Amino acid sequence: MATQLEAETRSDNDAFREEVRQFIADNFPAELKGKANALAGVDGPTDENAAQKAWREAMGAKGWGTPTWPKEYGGGGLDKKQARIIDEELARAGAYNPIGGMGVMMFGPTLLEYGNEAQKREHIPPICRGEIRWCQGYSEPNAGSDLANLQTFAEDKGDHYLVNGQKTWTSGGQWADKCFAIVRTDKSDKHHGISFMLIDMDSPGVEVRPIQMISGMSPFCETFFTDVKVPKENLVGEEGQGWTIGKRLLQHERTNISGGGRLAGMMGASLGDIAKKYCATDGDGELEDKVLRDKIADFEIRWNSFLLTARRAMEESKAAGGVSEISSVLKKIGTKMSQERSELLIDIRGLQGLGWEGDGFSTGELETVRAWLFGKATTIYGGSTEIQNNIIAKRVLGMLDHQ
Amino acid sequence: MAVLNEEQEMLRDMAREWAVNESPVTEFRKVRASGAPEAFDRNAWSTMGQMGWTGVIIPEEHGGSDFGFMSAGLVIEELGKTLTASPLLMSTIAATAIVLGGSDEQKAKWLPKLASGEAIATLAVDEGASHDPAKIETSVSGGKISGTKAFVHEAHGADLFVVAAKDGLYLVEKGDGVSLTTRKLTDQRSHADVTFDGATADKLTGGGDSLLDDVLDRARILTAAEMLGMAQQVFDVTLDYLKQRVQFNQVLASFQALQHRMADLFADLAQMRSAVEAGLQAVDSGFGVARAATIAKAEANRVLHTMSNQGIQLHGGIGMTDEYDVGFYLKRARVLEASFGSTGWLKHRFAKLGGY
Ligand SMILES: Cc1cc2nc3c(=O)[nH]c(=O)nc-3n(C[C@H](O)[C@H](O)[C@H](O)COP(=O)(O)OP(=O)(O)OC[C@H]3O[C@@H](n4cnc5c(N)ncnc54)[C@H](O)[C@@H]3O)c2cc1C
Repeated sequence: MATQLEAETRSDNDAFREEVRQFIADNFPAELKGKANALAGVDGPTDENAAQKAWREAMGAKGWGTPTWPKEYGGGGLDKKQARIIDEELARAGAYNPIGGMGVMMFGPTLLEYGNEAQKREHIPPICRGEIRWCQGYSEPNAGSDLANLQTFAEDKGDHYLVNGQKTWTSGGQWADKCFAIVRTDKSDKHHGISFMLIDMDSPGVEVRPIQMISGMSPFCETFFTDVKVPKENLVGEEGQGWTIGKRLLQHERTNISGGGRLAGMMGASLGDIAKKYCATDGDGELEDKVLRDKIADFEIRWNSFLLTARRAMEESKAAGGVSEISSVLKKIGTKMSQERSELLIDIRGLQGLGWEGDGFSTGELETVRAWLFGKATTIYGGSTEIQNNIIAKRVLGMLDHQ
Repeated sequence: MAVLNEEQEMLRDMAREWAVNESPVTEFRKVRASGAPEAFDRNAWSTMGQMGWTGVIIPEEHGGSDFGFMSAGLVIEELGKTLTASPLLMSTIAATAIVLGGSDEQKAKWLPKLASGEAIATLAVDEGASHDPAKIETSVSGGKISGTKAFVHEAHGADLFVVAAKDGLYLVEKGDGVSLTTRKLTDQRSHADVTFDGATADKLTGGGDSLLDDVLDRARILTAAEMLGMAQQVFDVTLDYLKQRVQFNQVLASFQALQHRMADLFADLAQMRSAVEAGLQAVDSGFGVARAATIAKAEANRVLHTMSNQGIQLHGGIGMTDEYDVGFYLKRARVLEASFGSTGWLKHRFAKLGGY
């Protein structure tokens, strides 16, 4: 199945492919083969070893970690086809893209659209080189799904804003250098009183407190702002335009969470192959457990059709220019399917698939258990599935607002 | 809810009161924090013994109350609601094996101690990560047992193991020839691979050819009772949460999308309760146990699976935190789901029992 998709995506552009291949051969440290981008996520501190650093710098210098972003700000200046070739060649070599995180997934594209020239010059290149970690200051205790209810207030003090309030669920807040936040600049208007601004996490008055999750990890925080000074030039767009900008960023987030197309690679081996390692097979090499076999086939069929949908949506929205409302559909399906996959993995592995720690479990097994638990969040953050349904019903289908 | 007699109502109310007051989830947190492999509180266990919960299915002549499975299920359900960590479920299951298959001597030796809680027993059947009683290699020769049992629940506190060997069930005491390898699972309870290497094994000769199946059916039903308590609790706390959490200037409970979700879950829960109660009653009446057990555990698997996922989803970000209890139910749910029959395995069994 994966091979059919692969065959479809094989792009010609042979000379460029050759260049990429050579670059990887020259620069990708062999010891990193098969490893994932430890820095891209929000789940760990930024200690990197020499090989990781060298690889990040090599890719960053080329701009190939952000291949389609404009060259003038440090991107690769490439088209989608070439970007796909880079992906394919990285996968072929067992290499990974060392540039990632929220800066790449959501903040960068948003700033490229709404930021002024000075902001782009300041913030985009370090993202392309993977030098800066961004976190997202959106949610508050009483502003979750109802994000526009946020209360963190930025008071205009002439040359700067003075920010006071509390954010919560700030992923990677304890490791981030900077925060893109939406804050209130006008208390009289729920939506138009919101502004989008950039806050240095090491500014005096910023305090983060990690929260432990059900998966045992503590990758997200409560973030407190007490009289934090934010320079005026850190306002993105106009004052009061924050809701529009913030929502656009969420579209990027959704597209990325849903997996777009890359998730396919992340998902790894087919469930059928994994099942054959853990479960009995009959003389024909088929799984003895026919109920499980049916479940896996059912999943893989729908998973492939999701990938095809993501592919089609990407192509259509590219033709139409930019991200689209379909990001809600992709997020809704993609997150549900990755959760289903985790549940199936546990089913396949039985109690061996439920290890918490200690001996008797492989690293891979323990990781999938944690990922299964963490994965429950994907239908909650970035706008929950229920909120995606509301968006689809109201904005895409034109159904009425019941609230 | 099944129609209960006075005795059962009293038992249930007592269990509920104790669980809520003396064994809320904070008690499970203490057990977890202690990191002790045994994973239960000995004081709580002795209280359970004093209240007679350890002897509910044990005949009066052996020190129990002989209240039956419905009654045992009621207690286990209440303790499931607060995730009380104890070997009650496993020890009760193991006791059924002795009740069904033990000789007079074996009964006299073990049942009074199990009834009082002085001794703890557990059941060791599977040799792989998935429930599969058809694949047993453990064997006994000259009264000595050899083999390894995988993921035995409550193994660390057990004084007695009821072990499935190729030719039947055996009683094996902890001690020489019995060694444990801890396996820490997501529910943070006691699990271990138990290796029997020439330990003395005392065969359960009664109960006929179907003894293992009969014991496992009872294991399925009682496990489903714990799952019922868990599902009920997740439902209740989620409903409470939706009634008080405000977003968009309204309580979440006012959104129709969520109302319908809760209505679906409520209907599922009703089905689960009927299936579990019917299972318990089937054992008490001695009729159609195998089929009832399959239905009870399969429905418990299905509904608790959905309920535990929805519990987190509907709580939003807060449900993902360790500080909040709802995640614990998810973690225990999958362990019980995989024990004594996954959904797939139960579907096979149901079809087999139906002859198709
Ligand atoms: C692991 C994780 C990481 C996160 N990282 C970040 C981050 O880096 N930065 C950040 O700002 N935020 C982050 N969040 C916060 C996330 O965006 C919010 O949790 C999310 O928006 C949901 O808000 P809430 O938790 O307040 O849930 P609530 O809004 O209270 O929702 C509870 C439940 O009610 C449902 N619901 C709410 N409103 C409606 C409605 N109108 N109709 C139907 N159903 C409804 C929801 O779908 C959900 O199921 C993260 C969350 C998690 C879990």
